[in-house]
Amino acid sequence: MTEHLLSVDHLDVRVDGKIILDDVSLRVDPGEIITIVGPNGSGKSTLLRTIIGVTPPNGGKVTRRPGLKVGYVPQKLRIDDTLPVTVRRFLDMPRPVGGARAAQMLERVGAGEIAQQQLSDLSGGQLQRVLLARALLENPDLLILDEATQGLDQQGSAVFYALLDDIRADTGCAVLMVSHELHVVMAASDRVICLNGHVCCHGTPEIVASAPEYRALFGRGTKGALALYRHEHNHTHDATCDHTH
Amino acid sequence: MFDDFLVRAIVAAVLTSLVAAPLGCFLLWRRMAYFGDATAHSAILGVALALLLNVPIVGGILAVTIFAALCVTLLAGRTHSSDTILGVISHGGLAIGLVAVATLPSQNISLETYLFGDILAVRKIDVLGFALGAFVILGLMMLRWSRLVTATFSPELAFASGQNPKREELWLALIIAVTVALAVKVVGVLLVAALLIIPAAAARPLARTPEGMAIWAAVFGVLSAIAGPLISLQFDTPAGPTIVCVALAIFVITNVVLALRSRT
Repeated sequence: MTEHLLSVDHLDVRVDGKIILDDVSLRVDPGEIITIVGPNGSGKSTLLRTIIGVTPPNGGKVTRRPGLKVGYVPQKLRIDDTLPVTVRRFLDMPRPVGGARAAQMLERVGAGEIAQQQLSDLSGGQLQRVLLARALLENPDLLILDEATQGLDQQGSAVFYALLDDIRADTGCAVLMVSHELHVVMAASDRVICLNGHVCCHGTPEIVASAPEYRALFGRGTKGALALYRHEHNHTHDATCDHTH
Repeated sequence: MFDDFLVRAIVAAVLTSLVAAPLGCFLLWRRMAYFGDATAHSAILGVALALLLNVPIVGGILAVTIFAALCVTLLAGRTHSSDTILGVISHGGLAIGLVAVATLPSQNISLETYLFGDILAVRKIDVLGFALGAFVILGLMMLRWSRLVTATFSPELAFASGQNPKREELWLALIIAVTVALAVKVVGVLLVAALLIIPAAAARPLARTPEGMAIWAAVFGVLSAIAGPLISLQFDTPAGPTIVCVALAIFVITNVVLALRSRT
C-alpha cells in the first residue's frame, strides 16, 4: 500500500474544450508543505478543484489515501446574504463540532471575539482566519489552501503564514497550497511545483528557483528575495520580516 | 374533533406549512424562488394523466411534480441559467396541463379546485394523508439537514469534506416535489409557491443562522395556516388565498420592523 497521502496521476482537465491541465502528476507525503506557483490562468485553482472533487478530470486520476481527511480553505467564499450564518454556525459545516473545541480553535487562529458575528460582516483577514479554523476542525491530514492570503496586506499575510507554520508544527498535517507570493512561498515550502498547464519544474525551492523554466516565467527578480527570506527563516519566525526590502 | 370541516382544513394547512416553510428557505438561499411554481404548475398535467389512466389523482400529481423537479435540477446551469429553465418548465407545464385536461372526455373535474385549492373540502382520510406526508418530509429534512445546508452554502466545501452536493440537490428537489403535491390541495397550483417562499422571506430579517430562519419560517407558516381559514370563514373569502394573504401581512410586518430598527 502506498504511503502517499495523495497521488495525482497524468491528470487532463478540459473546460469548454480548452485544455487547462495537461498530464499533471504529483504526490503529497505526510507532513510536507508543497506550494504550487504559476502565472495567472496556469491551472492552479483548477488543479486544486480537481483534487477536492469539484471539477471532474477528463483523463488521469486522483487517488486519496483511504480515510484521508482534507481541510480545504477556498480562495473566496461566495457569501450570499440571503443565508444568515454566524461564525460559530459556519464552523459546524459540514459536521457539528463541540462548543469548547470551536471556541478553542477560534482562539487559536486569533478570532475568539467574533464567534457571534455574521460571516458576511467580517473583514478579509478575519474571514481567512475563520476559513482556516473551519478547515482545521476537520482534523485534516492534508490542508489545501487556494491563495489563502489574497486580499490581505503584507503584514496580514505574513501573520497568516506564521500561523500556518505553527499549526503544521503542532498537528503534523501536510499542506498543499497555491500562492502568488513567491518570496513567502520559497521560504515556507519543502517543495515547489511550478505549473503552467503542465508541470514546468518541481523540487526544493532552491532547485525550482534556479530552473530555467521557472526563470522564463518569473524572471530573476525573486532570486535575491529567496536568499534573503531563507536566511531570515532559518533564524527567526518574526512575522514582520516582510519589511526588510 | 375532526368532524368539523374547519378543524380538518386547519390541520391540513398547518401540516403542509410546517414542512413547506423551512424548505422554502432553501429556495431563497439557492435563489430559486420559482422552483415552487415550476413544480406546482405541472401538477395540472398530473391531474389530467391520473384521470386518463384512471389512477388516484394524488399519484398523478406526485409523479409529475417529482419529474418536473428533477428536470429543473438536472437541466439548470448547463446551456441555460436556472431562471430560464424555471420559467420554461413553470409556464410550459401549466399550458400542457390545461391542454391535457381540456382534451379529456368530459368528466366531473372542476379545474378551479386544482388552480385555487380546496382546503375546506378536506376529508378525514385526507387529513391522514397530510399527516403521513408531513411526517415523511419532516423526517427526511431533519435527517439530511446538515448536509443540505452545507451543500447549499458552499458546494466546494461539501466536496472537499467528501460529501456530494449534487446528490443533496436531488434530495432537496425530491422533498420539495412531495411537499408541492401536498400543498396543491391547500392553496392550489397557482399559489403553492407562496407557501414555500413567503414565510421564509418573512423570517429572514429575524434570523442569524439557517436553523433560526427555518424555525421562524415554520412559525409564520403555521400562524398563516391557522389564521387563514378562520378569517376566510368570517369574511367569506376563498381559504387558500386568505392563508397566503396572512403570510404576506407577516412578511410586510417583519420587513418594515427591520427597516425601522436598522434606521435608528
